Amino acid sequence: MESGFYGSSLDGNLKCKFEESGLANTHEIMEKAVRWFRSRSIFVVAYGTGCGAIEMPPTFTSRYDAERMGVVGVATPRQADLIILSGYLAYKTLRRVIRTYEQMQKPRYIMTLGSCPINGGMYWDSYNTIKKLDDYLPIDVSVTGCMPRPEAVIDGFVLLQERIRNGEKAGWEKYDENFEFYKENQKRVLGGHIDPSYETDWYNLKSGGKA
Amino acid sequence: MIFQIILLIMLAYVVGFIYFGLYRNITARIQGRYGPTVYQSFYDSIKLFSKNNTVSYGWMFYLGPVIMATGAVLTLVLVPVFSDSDFLRSVTSQGNLFVLLYLMVLGPLGNALAVGTGGNPFGVMGVVRGLTRLIGLELPFYIAVVGLIIAANSSDIVHIIDVQKTAGLNIINHPLLFIGAMISMVGFFGASPFDIPGAPQEVYSGPRTEFSGKFLALLMSQGSLFAFAKLVLIVDLFLGGADSLVMLVLKTFTIFVAIIFIGIVYGRYKVEQAVDFLMKLPTLIAVLGLARIVWFG
Repeated sequence: MESGFYGSSLDGNLKCKFEESGLANTHEIMEKAVRWFRSRSIFVVAYGTGCGAIEMPPTFTSRYDAERMGVVGVATPRQADLIILSGYLAYKTLRRVIRTYEQMQKPRYIMTLGSCPINGGMYWDSYNTIKKLDDYLPIDVSVTGCMPRPEAVIDGFVLLQERIRNGEKAGWEKYDENFEFYKENQKRVLGGHIDPSYETDWYNLKSGGKA
Repeated sequence: MIFQIILLIMLAYVVGFIYFGLYRNITARIQGRYGPTVYQSFYDSIKLFSKNNTVSYGWMFYLGPVIMATGAVLTLVLVPVFSDSDFLRSVTSQGNLFVLLYLMVLGPLGNALAVGTGGNPFGVMGVVRGLTRLIGLELPFYIAVVGLIIAANSSDIVHIIDVQKTAGLNIINHPLLFIGAMISMVGFFGASPFDIPGAPQEVYSGPRTEFSGKFLALLMSQGSLFAFAKLVLIVDLFLGGADSLVMLVLKTFTIFVAIIFIGIVYGRYKVEQAVDFLMKLPTLIAVLGLARIVWFG
């Protein structure tokens, strides 16, 4: 499993060091500053599924211009903070989305558009569509509507920025804490093998590669 | 001396990032958008420095951004910032134009080694595109620099600045060399039509594809340091340097805005088109400028 910052926006070791040297207050101020910078700079990887993909180009281009709030599209999940899932997810898509989400570096957030990821929407009786995405991946912001207009998507960005600024518990922290729960649900619909399998010891590949 | 080097790096960091913020802002205004704030690049960089990093491809992968940053910082400290005072000119006398030209390509080569270790096909494609483009970019710029060295009879940048005080600015005396060097500078800044290595719709972010968090932040920071160093170099070589901070900002900003305006109106060349263009028109202009210096003084 990945190691990282649990529950705090700065490194846990750093926090301990600050508290030891009686600078807990300084740590708090730094954390607040970092949260503010995080809220002002959100790199988005737009995962266009379903009909919502059509709402994203106007959100990011001249008409609605999300860049004025620091929300920019990037090309790869490695660089991204936020993944936008813009509609219903088939089982097949969910597999790719999980893989993309787990490639993103923490802190990472998920935003969904439309009603399909919330309750299945018009695909409520489909045999191969996810009904409630929150069981498989932790959603931070759901923008409802069928489909939401770019104004609503921008409203979602503002809500996410407020949450980051206030230091509320984000989805990735829930995902780390309830990892077994999410993996159990994912396995139920996707079968036993989901990439990436956390069995390979990437740091000791020469010694057999098993953790 | 250490204090001056640190001060210079901080100055370049701040000015470079504000310039890149302005770059994004001006681009947005030309496209009819409101655009991000001028400080947006700071926000991005601080956020990236505070991000987690869980990707590993071995130590060579991590050395890439470090080598790039080394090249940028060395270039920066070797360029004289102010024309009249020795301030911020700590180790400038140790190097000349030849060292600078060598250091300017150190970064891309180091990055190529690192991206190769990462094994991401888009990264490798980006590096191959970048190095191919470099063949074309270097040619007019090097010819222009050789012309200036012949004209000033010295490869010392400080001497080239001093010559311009009496003989007039190089941009007026040798306009052909300036045009050749500027076209290649547009490419060195990664502006259109030469933004081939990191072409967003073609190879995602090219060499940066696999870098995340702190290493992406390091790449961004070295980019701004290097941009400032290159702008100051152009100002020193062609505009006679700057005697105060106001003049420095004014002159570098003029060059920078010119590059933005060229970049915003053109589309992107293919790799072979770019090399083809750079080897023909700018090289021809620079060679004519060189011939003018050699035969007519």
